[in-house]
Amino acid sequence: MPVYLPIAEISVNLFLILGMGGAVGLLSGMFGVGGGFLMTPLLILIGIPPAVAVATGSNQLVAASVSGVLAHWRRGNVDFKMGTVLLIGGVAGSFLGAWLFAFLKSAGQVDLMISLSYVLFLGVIGGLMLIESVGALLRNRRGPAKRKKMHQHYWIHGLPFKMRFRKSKLYISALMPLGLGFLVGILSAIMGVGGGFVMVPAMIYLLGMPTSVVVGTSLFQIIFVTANVTLLHSITTQTVDVMLALLLMSSAVVGAQFGTRIGARMKGEQLRSLLALVVLVVCAKIALDLVLTPDDLYSLSILGDQS
Amino acid sequence: MAFSHHIKRVPLLVAFIVGLSTSSAFAAGSLVTDISSHLISVTSDFTGADLLLFGAVRDDETFKTDRLGDIIIVVRGPQKDVTVRKKERVAGIWINTKSVELRKVPGFYASASNKPVNEITTSDTLDRLRIGPNRLVFQTDISNRKAADFKKAILRHRGEAELYTSEGPTVHFLGPSLFRTTIHFPANVPVGNYTAEFYLFQDKELISAQSSPLFIKKFGLGRQIFDFAQTYPTLHGIAAIIVALFAGWVASALFRKD
Repeated sequence: MPVYLPIAEISVNLFLILGMGGAVGLLSGMFGVGGGFLMTPLLILIGIPPAVAVATGSNQLVAASVSGVLAHWRRGNVDFKMGTVLLIGGVAGSFLGAWLFAFLKSAGQVDLMISLSYVLFLGVIGGLMLIESVGALLRNRRGPAKRKKMHQHYWIHGLPFKMRFRKSKLYISALMPLGLGFLVGILSAIMGVGGGFVMVPAMIYLLGMPTSVVVGTSLFQIIFVTANVTLLHSITTQTVDVMLALLLMSSAVVGAQFGTRIGARMKGEQLRSLLALVVLVVCAKIALDLVLTPDDLYSLSILGDQS
Repeated sequence: MAFSHHIKRVPLLVAFIVGLSTSSAFAAGSLVTDISSHLISVTSDFTGADLLLFGAVRDDETFKTDRLGDIIIVVRGPQKDVTVRKKERVAGIWINTKSVELRKVPGFYASASNKPVNEITTSDTLDRLRIGPNRLVFQTDISNRKAADFKKAILRHRGEAELYTSEGPTVHFLGPSLFRTTIHFPANVPVGNYTAEFYLFQDKELISAQSSPLFIKKFGLGRQIFDFAQTYPTLHGIAAIIVALFAGWVASALFRKD
């Protein structure tokens, strides 16, 4: 059944869009990532113009994250204080990112920068996560592992402005989540993603937050960062396609609910190794596209009206 | 608001049509033409459209049994500037290196004729009237030789998207003077102002030409969303966020386990 998208200005198959939304929603609920790193490339793949895919993807992520956060919140798995600090950094970062995006777009290199950032971040994070989680799975199989030290002290623990995050059982410098949020904010605006795939591992490995609160807290701050990105894109490029976003949302929120339930039944290491695999597959696909000779060396972009 | 836009365009087009018609009004044959619809509405279930373009060659002297000439029909879409970028391999990866800006590139082009165009008229005339996508001329700042590959890229991309088509001999004569053809507009057709041009040739000479306006417009919910996004981008962004927040909450409430 075809549906005409008013902003993307193309006709798409309704069930294809619903299926994509549902599948990405399922993963997003399971792993606590918004799923933007899957949704944006998928939308571009089916022929949605990249600018519309990035902007609409962020709009859809708002809905998916809200649905996920509410589910986690009922279980008491959201650290609002930590989320708010991350968020302040994130909003600041997304402004810088939007400016960078506009600059690269005028230079004709925005596609390359998107692809390179995807390959770099997905590759590094996916690789590290896979090594760590597979290691943890193997250790568990061999028998009960040695309990980790409660407090590991790095140089970052010497930073000023220490804050107590009760839910996360942490007493760390506010500069760390602020900086992390800032970095992820830049990525959201450039890559059209919520940044969960960067945020989740960073919260576990860099901040040392317990895995149980990581997912809910990450989703909490993604709501606001993606809402900000939606607004910025809506104002500067008018590329948010509400019709497309609604279709994606309606299936993604359902998928996310099932995903959250599946995720709750799985072990942390299993979840992390699965997410790592998904991340690496997407990374490999984008890396191949950069290296392989494209079907057509020429690409078109339409400028202003002349009629 | 939409209506004033509509009206603003009409005098220009009428002047164009009158200009074309009067020049040939007293020739041996003249054209009477029309389109099955001058307006294609792009609604949320739009999957493309087919328009019937038809007409008759009028001959005031006698009724002949031979066909009264040859017909070429061209439909041109709204013109826009297009940047074409070329990728080259730099340090192992493909990067956009060269770019060329081509001006007044039609978003849609279709032509049809009652027999191969080379048999209808000379190639000079075909070039002058820009018959067939390959004869389209785009303006650039660089030399034609350098821009050639970039122009070909436009023709290739638009051809693959079925936006540039050269239908070949799909104009059918019904008797000596009546003719008709169907032009297909795919789902990805750009909205805007189109023209349908009808050319009549006799013995390789252009005898008469007519041009009719044709509009492709968004209608219904899609139109309202598009207008809202263009006119009030900030409000549109906020509305999009509210819709998303609400959708997320509804889903969560529906699936709540008690």
